[in-house]
Amino acid sequence: MWHVLTALGILICAAQAIRSQRLLISALWLAGTSALVALLLYLLGAPEVAVIELSVGAGLVTVLFVFAINIAGEEAIRLRSSLPRWLAWGAVLVCSVLLGWMMFPGLGRITALPTGEASFVTALWENRKLDILLQIVLIFSGVLGVLGLLSEGPVDDQKEVRP
Amino acid sequence: MTLSISTVSFAAVLGLFAIAFYGLLAVRNLIKVVVALQILVKGAMIALVAAGAMTGRVQQAQSLALTVIVADTIVAVVALALAVQVRRCIGTLDIKALSKLKG
Repeated sequence: MWHVLTALGILICAAQAIRSQRLLISALWLAGTSALVALLLYLLGAPEVAVIELSVGAGLVTVLFVFAINIAGEEAIRLRSSLPRWLAWGAVLVCSVLLGWMMFPGLGRITALPTGEASFVTALWENRKLDILLQIVLIFSGVLGVLGLLSEGPVDDQKEVRP
Repeated sequence: MTLSISTVSFAAVLGLFAIAFYGLLAVRNLIKVVVALQILVKGAMIALVAAGAMTGRVQQAQSLALTVIVADTIVAVVALALAVQVRRCIGTLDIKALSKLKG
């Protein structure tokens, strides 16, 4: 019962995040989606990654969104879609039907593999050492990229900056 | 009729993908595009952990999902920094205005 309610909550929050006109409200709905995704991950038996999703997805990323919206400001004009609405809905419908057609018939055939799975610590720190190194490099490159992007260069078109 | 948690999770994944695809197709605000991207990655992460839960390999799925979270956060950070720069340089967050860039 709980998982159905959680899944429904995730979909409602995600839809509101896209539908909402104000960016700040949209970021808050996204935080709600992250929190409910963390709950679903916990119900699926993945508490470690659920905690990380809750702290990073609902915490850090939301702070980053609010920070970015604060700097960039809300877009005053309501932007109309570049695609006709019926075309966007049609493409989404086709993608969803194809994905569901590939996904759901195979679910019943999946069986559990033989037991003897390593613990999370072993799976992460011993079996996936290369990924850990990659993540460290990724974090450093991300930090350097942001520092480079947000640094104030010799921009002479300050008149274009939003008042 | 009782729905198993795996079936419900995959249904949620399908819904999240649909919402994110619609957002990526229909939305023109650059920050909203990043929001749609985040929703898409959340769907992929649920699919990963649900598949791990079904096959009895939750710990391996968790370690993969951790990588996904790190990569997703870096993508969000860089994309938001780019959005801020676009706003500073062009004065709008409209992705259609980016097509006017030359050089």
